[in-house]
Amino acid sequence: MTALIEMRGVTKTYGAFTALNDVTLSLSDTSPSMTAVAGESGSGKTTLARMMLGFINPSHGQVLYQGKDVARMTGAEQRQFRREVQPVFQDPFDVFNPFYRIDHVLETPVKRYKLADSESAARAMIEDALKRVGLRPQDTLGRFPHELSGGQRQRIMVARAVLLRPRLIVADEPVSMVDASLRATILDELKTLNRELGISIVYITHDLTTAFQICDNILILYRGNVSEAGAVERVIGAPKHPYSQLLVSSIPLPDLSKAWGGEEIPVSEASAARANPGCKFAPRCPHVMEMCWDNLPPKYVPDSERLATCFLYRDAPVSASDDVASVFRPPNHSITATAP
Amino acid sequence: MSVAQDAKPILVVEELNVHYDTGKGPAKAVNDVSFSLRPGERLGLIGESGSGKTTMATALMRLTRAPGRIAGGSVKLDGRDILKMSTRELRETRLRDIALIPQGAMSSLNPVMRLEEQMIDAIVAHKPGMRRAELDARVQELLKNVGLAPEVARRYPHELSGGMKQRAAMAIATSLAPKVIVADEPTSALDVVVQRQVMQTLGRLQDGLGAAVVLIGHDMGLIAQFADTVGVMYAGKLVEIGPVRQMIESPKHPYTRLLVDSLPGIEVKRELTGIPGLPPPLVDLPPGCSFNPRCPLAFDRCVRETPLLQQVAPGQSAACHLYPEHAALPPLPPMTRAHQELRP
Repeated sequence: MTALIEMRGVTKTYGAFTALNDVTLSLSDTSPSMTAVAGESGSGKTTLARMMLGFINPSHGQVLYQGKDVARMTGAEQRQFRREVQPVFQDPFDVFNPFYRIDHVLETPVKRYKLADSESAARAMIEDALKRVGLRPQDTLGRFPHELSGGQRQRIMVARAVLLRPRLIVADEPVSMVDASLRATILDELKTLNRELGISIVYITHDLTTAFQICDNILILYRGNVSEAGAVERVIGAPKHPYSQLLVSSIPLPDLSKAWGGEEIPVSEASAARANPGCKFAPRCPHVMEMCWDNLPPKYVPDSERLATCFLYRDAPVSASDDVASVFRPPNHSITATAP
Repeated sequence: MSVAQDAKPILVVEELNVHYDTGKGPAKAVNDVSFSLRPGERLGLIGESGSGKTTMATALMRLTRAPGRIAGGSVKLDGRDILKMSTRELRETRLRDIALIPQGAMSSLNPVMRLEEQMIDAIVAHKPGMRRAELDARVQELLKNVGLAPEVARRYPHELSGGMKQRAAMAIATSLAPKVIVADEPTSALDVVVQRQVMQTLGRLQDGLGAAVVLIGHDMGLIAQFADTVGVMYAGKLVEIGPVRQMIESPKHPYTRLLVDSLPGIEVKRELTGIPGLPPPLVDLPPGCSFNPRCPLAFDRCVRETPLLQQVAPGQSAACHLYPEHAALPPLPPMTRAHQELRP
């Protein structure tokens, strides 16, 4: 079975710095999925996104789109890839040219990919895409970027992606610059695109609560390595890797029964920078053992639907497949039954 | 976190108004806001962008700059109105009595000065007589308090991570043991783990000093983890204020209720809902309650009359015409996608 997109042993280095280390991940071509990639700044999540989008090439390994190496595509294949894999970026301010009306950002892809035969067909497509993200075409078209809020601009970027009827949207922190009250709406729209149009979504974020709410599976990166991956209910609901445990326990929940607790977690910014060939989390890990310093832990499968690269689980079986997605839970669509 | 309930307030803000003059008239970014703070109290002020929360932070420090201007009201710190002080008094009061931890510490530190020089600068401006050895010892003590290693003193800001810079800004803000600390989204650019470390450090520092804190932010979760009292701002107004537990478990103002409802958790998956519509432009507020165009419970009085803050539960006040008539809360209509679609 050919995957929609597959990262095969992908490593990206910048000089001596390894941004992403040996990631293998394949997303199904047949069932549209929603996968979160989470981690702190410098964890390699944006590097992963940029390689999936074909913006940068891996230093080692391959990124394959429907079985074809993204770095070695023919012109026609690349055009198809560029159309079917769409980005949504973090900053809804930077991506607009302030001198053009927002129509421009929507008309360009229609022309570039010759999506419509006539002006009126183009207009109809654009209006449909805007309605899909909850914007009123008559209130939106003809405006300049500065006349719209951050949330509206971000939705226009989603509408632009939708116009092209992509197979995959890679959204890199799409709501981190949008107000909390609008965040939920934009994420809900991404979920609807997944359910109604069958678009797979890769959601890059540092926000585990929204990842839990909209995604089926999650991959947590720490300094370029996968620390834990699997169904969100497993990884966020009951994390196994000490780094995921730290992340989940640090989420500021608006729930007073889940207070952070009195004890402060130690500051380890300086020591964490120390290079070691083993587990990158070892300098900060409360459970660090001698073996962690020199050996990179393999992908242990401590229970179903998750893997954790941590020697605490060395009695558990090692994942038979390099593919992180081998432990993923199949997408569950039943929870949207309430959508009208 | 020991707040004496009967203690005299250290900070009293009364009918504060801050306007930005625009071609279309004044934008009322802070509109008749009043609240008070006891020593040791932690007030979290929450609001969306454009709700006036950063304008409030700068006004508390009297750092408002044109086109903004303080259009009225008072900010009394230990009985003295900051807004009426002479320039000299103001210079002495800032940092010593009231200090700001700014949003994005990256841009508040001087990039060409070592951290220790910046810290010493701030202290010497208030205590010119201190000897170098004393100053060095004080710098070391301050760094230790915020969890930074002694060698950090010799570094330049670009040699520090985001979390370290925010800690450095906290060290400077607390260098003279102020009575009130105003923290404007101190962790907005930080990762969750670092955010938790920074907030816990701030909490510990504050406990040590017995200072009151005004924490300004947009993340209800973060405010809930830190504050004793939560104030909610909407379109320049304080629309609800009360003890943190009541504000989260039984919010009264429809805006607060929708805000709390829109927060995703990590226990059960549910449909994500936002608040339909957008905040009104501050130069063109709707008549009556500013929230009425988005409020699912609005009725005719809300369009005619601006609601004033009134007590709705012990220690909790809300500016909403639903009260006091409704002792029991009217249910909010469900916010499904259909309600949110095709809004402007």
